[in-house]
Amino acid sequence: MLDDRYSLAFRLYPYERSADQDAATPVRRPVVVMGGGPIGVATALDLGLQGIPVVVLDDHEGIGMGSRAICFAKRTLEIADRYGCAAPMLDKGVVWNVGKVFHDDRQIYDFNLLPEDGHKFPAFINLQQPYFEKFIVERVRQAQAEGAPIELRGKNRVDRVEVRDDHVVLQITTPEGPYTLEAEWLIGCDGASSPLRGMLGLDFEGRVFQDSFLIADIRMLNANFPTERWFWFEPWFKSGASTLLHKQPDDVWRIDFQIGWGVDRKEELKEENIRKRIDAMLGKVEYEIVWSSIYTFQCRRMKQFRHGRVIFAGDAAHQVSPFGARGANSGIQDVDNLGWKLGLVVQGKAPDTLLDSYHQERAYGADENILNSTRATDFITPKSRMSHIFRNAVLDLAEQFAFARPLVNSGRLSVPCTYDGLSLTGEDALIGGPARTRPGSPCPDAPMGEAFLLGQLGGGFTLLTLDADAPEELGDDGIPVTRLALYGADLTDAIRARYLGAATSAVYLIRPDQHVVARWNTYDQAATVAALRKSCGKDAA
Amino acid sequence: MTLITDPNIPDPDGFYSELIAAHDGLSDDDSAALNARLILILANQIGNRAVLSAAIRAVQCPATGDTK
Repeated sequence: MLDDRYSLAFRLYPYERSADQDAATPVRRPVVVMGGGPIGVATALDLGLQGIPVVVLDDHEGIGMGSRAICFAKRTLEIADRYGCAAPMLDKGVVWNVGKVFHDDRQIYDFNLLPEDGHKFPAFINLQQPYFEKFIVERVRQAQAEGAPIELRGKNRVDRVEVRDDHVVLQITTPEGPYTLEAEWLIGCDGASSPLRGMLGLDFEGRVFQDSFLIADIRMLNANFPTERWFWFEPWFKSGASTLLHKQPDDVWRIDFQIGWGVDRKEELKEENIRKRIDAMLGKVEYEIVWSSIYTFQCRRMKQFRHGRVIFAGDAAHQVSPFGARGANSGIQDVDNLGWKLGLVVQGKAPDTLLDSYHQERAYGADENILNSTRATDFITPKSRMSHIFRNAVLDLAEQFAFARPLVNSGRLSVPCTYDGLSLTGEDALIGGPARTRPGSPCPDAPMGEAFLLGQLGGGFTLLTLDADAPEELGDDGIPVTRLALYGADLTDAIRARYLGAATSAVYLIRPDQHVVARWNTYDQAATVAALRKSCGKDAA
Repeated sequence: MTLITDPNIPDPDGFYSELIAAHDGLSDDDSAALNARLILILANQIGNRAVLSAAIRAVQCPATGDTK
């Protein structure tokens, strides 16, 4: 009755009996996370590092097979760095900058992402999802050893939930029978087909795309392909209406073939048929197929990410097409956004209405991701004859005329959104300040001596002062703000360009998730406290 | 004034999406007619005979990149 639905790449949290299963009356936990994928485990890590007790329930005992998400963006690595697990990701991952775009048998142009200097992390790494998850779980194990109150419970399947005003009751099945657990807060990180969403009868609305893609991960045995992203529209080798070739670690290449709607999945997934497509594309090279799958996709999201004591994150809350790497990357941004807010609420330092801003900000992010990935999908798979004609006109012009290249859309790579004008975002009173660091923005990294700025921000609120005086310690209602004071020689050219612009001094109030709350030319105690209170969901105007 | 062949459209994705959406639900003939009207009004906006001639030459044989 607890059969695995998929095979495991790494068995990292085998079933163990918990004392909660033997309790006479159900134990109530502050936070329970449903789903032990990357988003669920990262949520537990964020909360556990704050000292908030958290239990993760998963119906399997580890990480599923298959590369799945492979492209992790700079913002994800920066968040992982805050959690202390970015180094192994960067170490294992493949860094790439060059992309080539082909139409039929012609290369129409190439591009270099030309990442801006002065960031600790590259624009992207390619890394198979199981490695990404494994590095987060390993960090959880290390944090547990240091006392972080995190529990990962494998083979704990949630079968029923009852949502009450101030808690949620969960009926759980284990290999040793059922038990009941209560949660003050339940976080649904149980993926695109979220059983939790189903149990609560919640909507998940949006567009389904009538197309399917065959993924083949292949290990090259003696061929050398460059570490570049190659994308074909209408390739001459006819293995798909579009094709993507992308490098992963372990000499594995990801190939995505767009194979149309209504295909015979079983037939297409036969090795001989996959090989036909690959051979037509690559010619005489030796390779082994490591993993293959067929996927279809939707662009949709829940109307509300928060339902009282139940909060959804990652694919459970929103789903996008894969073009642009906005799935796992946006899920990690959900975690980054939710973690500090839920931490403050559980500790009684902020009203629970602060959690409504999680929905507001991350639904805004989801809408931006859905818009971008829908546009890419419409370009890659035109929905009408005229759309197809325009698409090919763009491709015909792009080879000789640079103007058409920005119109070519094989996926706009994921960047974090700016929470412009949303309810926690404070005033922009920095005269001459750069637009990229306006309130609501994620702080851009910059070099600071041998280190980098983001690494200095810590896990709480920060008052970043540039050539400006301010008290060393401040705070409000038990929420501390730590000052990071930079003067004169600390201000590298990159910090000046990114944080001062035309100003000669600046004061930034920065949230625990490294988004700017508000900024000024000089320190003003009343304005700072007001901005801090606003960003904690108090004194709503 | 010469024909601009470097990127010159702010928010290219937004523009492209609006252009494609203008054709939603139209028959092929109606779409072609819409395109013709659009070209004419854009040509009027450009308002430079030499540039218009260069544009026509450029798209007649896009593979050569010739605008002369």
